[in-house]
Amino acid sequence: MFKPKVPQKEIKYEELRIYTDEELRNPTDEEMKNFKIKHDIPLLEQLESGPWPSFVADLKVEAWRRRKLADDRMMIPRDVVEDLLGQVELSFVHGETHWKHGGIVGVIGYGGGVIGRYSDLPDKFPGIAHFHTIRVNQPASKFYKTDFLRAICDLWEFRGSGIMNLHGSTGDLIFLGTTTEQLEPIFQEMAHHLSQDLGGSGSNLRTPECCVGRARCEYACYDTQDVCYELTMHFQDELHRPAFPYKFKFKFSGCPNDCVASVARADLSVIGIWRDKIRIDQDAVRAYIKGDLIPNAGAHRGRDWGKFDIQKEVIDLCPTKCMRLEGEELYIDDENCVRCMHCINVMPRALRPGTDTGACVMVGGKAPILEGAQLSMVLVPFMKLEPPYDNLKELIEKIWEVWMEEGKNRERLGELIQRMGLWRFLDAIGLPPAPQMVWAPRANPYIFWKEEDVPGGFKRDINDYRSRHAR
Amino acid sequence: MGLSTTRFGVFNPEKPHENRITDIGPRHFWEFFPPVIQRNYGKWLYHEILEPGVLVHVSETGEKVYTVRVGGMRTMSVAFVREICDIADKYCDGYVRFTTRNNIEFMVDSEEKLEALKKELASRKFYSGSYKFPIGGTGCSVSNIVHTQGYVHCHTPATDASSMVKALMDELFDYFQSMTLPAKVRIAVACCLNMCGAVHCSDIAMVGIHRKPPAIDTEYVAKLCEIPTVIASCPLGAISPATTPDGKKTVKIREDRCMFCGNCYTMCPALPIADKEGDGVAIVAGGKVSNRISPPKFSKVVVAYLPNNFPRFPEVCQTVKKILETYAKHARKYERLGDWAERIGWEKFFELCELPFTYHLLDDYRLALDTYRTSTQFRFTEAAWEVSKAARGI
Repeated sequence: MFKPKVPQKEIKYEELRIYTDEELRNPTDEEMKNFKIKHDIPLLEQLESGPWPSFVADLKVEAWRRRKLADDRMMIPRDVVEDLLGQVELSFVHGETHWKHGGIVGVIGYGGGVIGRYSDLPDKFPGIAHFHTIRVNQPASKFYKTDFLRAICDLWEFRGSGIMNLHGSTGDLIFLGTTTEQLEPIFQEMAHHLSQDLGGSGSNLRTPECCVGRARCEYACYDTQDVCYELTMHFQDELHRPAFPYKFKFKFSGCPNDCVASVARADLSVIGIWRDKIRIDQDAVRAYIKGDLIPNAGAHRGRDWGKFDIQKEVIDLCPTKCMRLEGEELYIDDENCVRCMHCINVMPRALRPGTDTGACVMVGGKAPILEGAQLSMVLVPFMKLEPPYDNLKELIEKIWEVWMEEGKNRERLGELIQRMGLWRFLDAIGLPPAPQMVWAPRANPYIFWKEEDVPGGFKRDINDYRSRHAR
Repeated sequence: MGLSTTRFGVFNPEKPHENRITDIGPRHFWEFFPPVIQRNYGKWLYHEILEPGVLVHVSETGEKVYTVRVGGMRTMSVAFVREICDIADKYCDGYVRFTTRNNIEFMVDSEEKLEALKKELASRKFYSGSYKFPIGGTGCSVSNIVHTQGYVHCHTPATDASSMVKALMDELFDYFQSMTLPAKVRIAVACCLNMCGAVHCSDIAMVGIHRKPPAIDTEYVAKLCEIPTVIASCPLGAISPATTPDGKKTVKIREDRCMFCGNCYTMCPALPIADKEGDGVAIVAGGKVSNRISPPKFSKVVVAYLPNNFPRFPEVCQTVKKILETYAKHARKYERLGDWAERIGWEKFFELCELPFTYHLLDDYRLALDTYRTSTQFRFTEAAWEVSKAARGI
């Protein structure tokens, strides 16, 4: 159904594995209860209890395993996990982190993907004197085959700390903690054996991320995985070689529920929508009214909210009041529908997004640093998205051209748009303005008229003026 | 050929460019999909949450896929990931998925497999008693808390994240395993104002903050940093050049202009801002990203500061629980926390949640004016009478 851009090696763990089953044996509860790490960590140990999974208990298990492995079965210090726990404990006591500020490391030819990290107490915690992060470009929607994950685990046990993030906030699979010497070997082992590349860090395109999409969701209005993969591959250079004023993030959500929070986090948010009518199955509507189908897909199951009331729970909550019931037939004034998803979320078996689908392209989302938080704003109300997505690629290239030309160091796209004003930005990328881009038009009439807007231009003859007006 | 077990593996430090493979991107997603997902790609008709943490998706082909969602620690060891793989191999033909909120999802194609899978997940515990794979986080629940690195790996945090999340999720565990809330409640933790992750648009979020201006490592400012860049890094122009009596170039900081954002420290390690007494946690609430009913919106600061009380953050946990339970009691069905606060008015929100309203909560940054009320449409609460009394109005 889809063709990868790069030949993909089939991953067979049994062919790739480094460790034997015996080496990977988990400790018994008894063994763990008798296990003491080399530092005293009374504060952290308070986090071993309670129902929620305990990262402290988990890290101790890994510390136990590293005690058991033979010296030549790991390429970075044996004590790495124990020293990490020791340093975190000390950070609790001091109320301050003990990671040194910054540090530049990387792999040959890339400017991103690796983040340098050093302990500021290397004598006390030698195992984490170097503790660099590697960002690994995760597969779209974060599905995995265990063969691949196990191979990743062996690689990271052997050449790193054995601690990872599944996943980091930007979406990457993250390796936490290795030495400078092992960075190249890790990168090339992944490339040669796992057909797997690094993600982005620094002032470049950050690893794109998408929602679960068509893989397991009935709402997806475009192929989020395919767009995410295609654009990730197309912009490899921008992803690995920082050349931007600051970071740039793409996030792809299949519908306005926005499950990857693209509107809040992405400089370019692509959110699936439709431009025809919501599909209605009137039999299912009747079934919801009768109580034969459970509303909101069962999300309210835990509490008795009374009998489902379609008027109160759907029609009255519609933000544009574009729905009405005639008898037991549901009517939607689709012209006034703003696709908020509420009615579809409440009655997924009766209502579905339309079939003429695409995406709304929004720009400028970011967290507060520096100029305050911004949500992405509407740029292109509707865009058809079909492979190879040349329309979207062209738009992105135009946006980058303006941003790289006009943006200051560490200025996100949203901040640039704020500084230059939306219409100057639109002008620069060649798009007309539309009321869909704003909540309301401006309230002040301090309009920056262009010279060509005004008959006769800006040049004026003071003598001509004075011929009518005395000084 | 297996993964290498030599020091440098396939990399040859003598000839670093030899056999180099780059720019191959991520693994293609398709082969990581379970067969049932491949067969029904783009054909899903509808879904239902059968019980907390258990979903069924039904395809137009008639096939079904059952998903069990479990909460995950974001930071996990390879030992733990291998255990995930063991379960996925045993029940899910070797496939597993992670969500944006760091949950783990196991998928099966029949109800029989589902029951066995659920039993197995619930039975696995750490030696210390914590669950390894708690089932929940769907629908009107508190899903897994999205968080950042904190002391485990970050060089600029004002608080810790993993410990706070563990403490909070222990406290809110029942809300993870049930679906009793009026709508979903998404909680997030960021350990500094950089906010890696969408905490600024969460129903409830914790943000690490500093409260003391940076210390100036005068001896090193010029050695470690570009002074013009440091000056430019301050959004409020509080930093200016200075010279020490013995002629060293350094900077000075107008403390009354500092808003403690930490951006100067990001640009210059000679301006450390972290401080045991200064640092702590702010709580923001009422944000969302979905377009459902109301548009996406930012979270608002509702508590300006709580102490960093490691490792269990009792003040933070108590405050979050209070907000959550007040919301659960008063909000209407389908109403997100921010929508509820807007309907009843933020003044009522503070009263019901018993949160003091202090000057810290009045915006004085850019566009602050937009947040000042220009209408007589408000609700009376005790706070209103305090102002009236102070003005001798009553």
